[in-house]
Amino acid sequence: MTETAQQTEQIPAGGVIAADPAERSLWPLWEVFVRSSRGLSHVHAGSLHAPDASMALRNARDLYTRRNEGTSIWVVPAAEIAASDPDSKGGYFESAQGKAYRHATYYTQSEGVPHL
Amino acid sequence: MSSFTTQDSATRISVGDAITPEDLSSSGAAADEKTARYALILGDDSLILAQRLGHWISRAPELEEDIALGNIALDLLGHARFFLTYAGTAWGKTEDDLAYFRDEEEFRSARLVEQENGDFAKTIARQLIFSFYSHELYSRLVDSADETLAAVAEKALKEVAYHQDHAAQWLLRLAGGTEESQRRMQAGLESVWAYVQELFYDAEPTAELAEAGIAVLPSSLRESVMERLTGIIEQAGLRVPEIKGAFGADRSGRFSEQRGFILAEMQVLARQHPGASW
Repeated sequence: MTETAQQTEQIPAGGVIAADPAERSLWPLWEVFVRSSRGLSHVHAGSLHAPDASMALRNARDLYTRRNEGTSIWVVPAAEIAASDPDSKGGYFESAQGKAYRHATYYTQSEGVPHL
Repeated sequence: MSSFTTQDSATRISVGDAITPEDLSSSGAAADEKTARYALILGDDSLILAQRLGHWISRAPELEEDIALGNIALDLLGHARFFLTYAGTAWGKTEDDLAYFRDEEEFRSARLVEQENGDFAKTIARQLIFSFYSHELYSRLVDSADETLAAVAEKALKEVAYHQDHAAQWLLRLAGGTEESQRRMQAGLESVWAYVQELFYDAEPTAELAEAGIAVLPSSLRESVMERLTGIIEQAGLRVPEIKGAFGADRSGRFSEQRGFILAEMQVLARQHPGASW
């Protein structure tokens, strides 16, 4: 008996494991968004692996709403999300700092404008 | 402050307001002896299957599936707690007394749920049959003249609806996956098919209780359950096995090879350390 055959026999019932881990095709990654109640936005809760979108929804239900956290779930293929580069944080977000004139509170209310 | 406050976390935790076994035992509801024996049949199926599914923890093909099967096992354990708690009221026993201190011949579980897990496909085959059966059962038990059984069925029905969906989704995927996954799914169905008919056996005292509107007569479930099972198996492109029911399909456990081993594993701790808690 070859070594591989022996290994396969030792795998517990149900454990379908490829002899060579590199050959094992992994399920794609999905990002999960959960809405906790009506009127709120979906909030990113985490990620998971699933073979397709409908199984991803079911896995999300099991992983992220088992303590009554949700009323609605979205799953999105992680590969489909375009994300900002953490290294360009300065150029992206910090340039907005110190620009108080972009906030309404910067301006004083003019006299004679009652309904502003 | 507005009631629509945004939350930082999507994982807000609340218990919800579903009925719990503790509610049941503090409600003062008491089963008569016959109803208790019926509750044992329902509870034992759930308890044994929960024990079987629990074995998948850390052994499922993927982490996500580990948790899915674990959740289903916990749902079933919940159903068992309700039924055993209720049954116990007839004899002054607790759910633990009934789960851990009954012997092999005192259990009333069907052999289907006692079957070994096998590979993932066999577990899915077993789940498919049991969830289709119990969904039909609970959807009728919600109208039971026994208020406690009706309330438990109402809670269980929602959970079993998901178990059905989980099993059906996997049946379709394994059947439509690779040649190997299809072969295993077909083999899985064939390996448990002989134990389907026992689910529809009108064991004592069910027939009498069904006439009183308390129990659901198992034989009355056969047609619709088999029709739905046949439908999904054919939809998956698999063959409905032509295998006769196994001998001794009467929930007596007389011909069960596996029951004793499951109980030994499940009961050993409680019997070695009676009353232990943590």
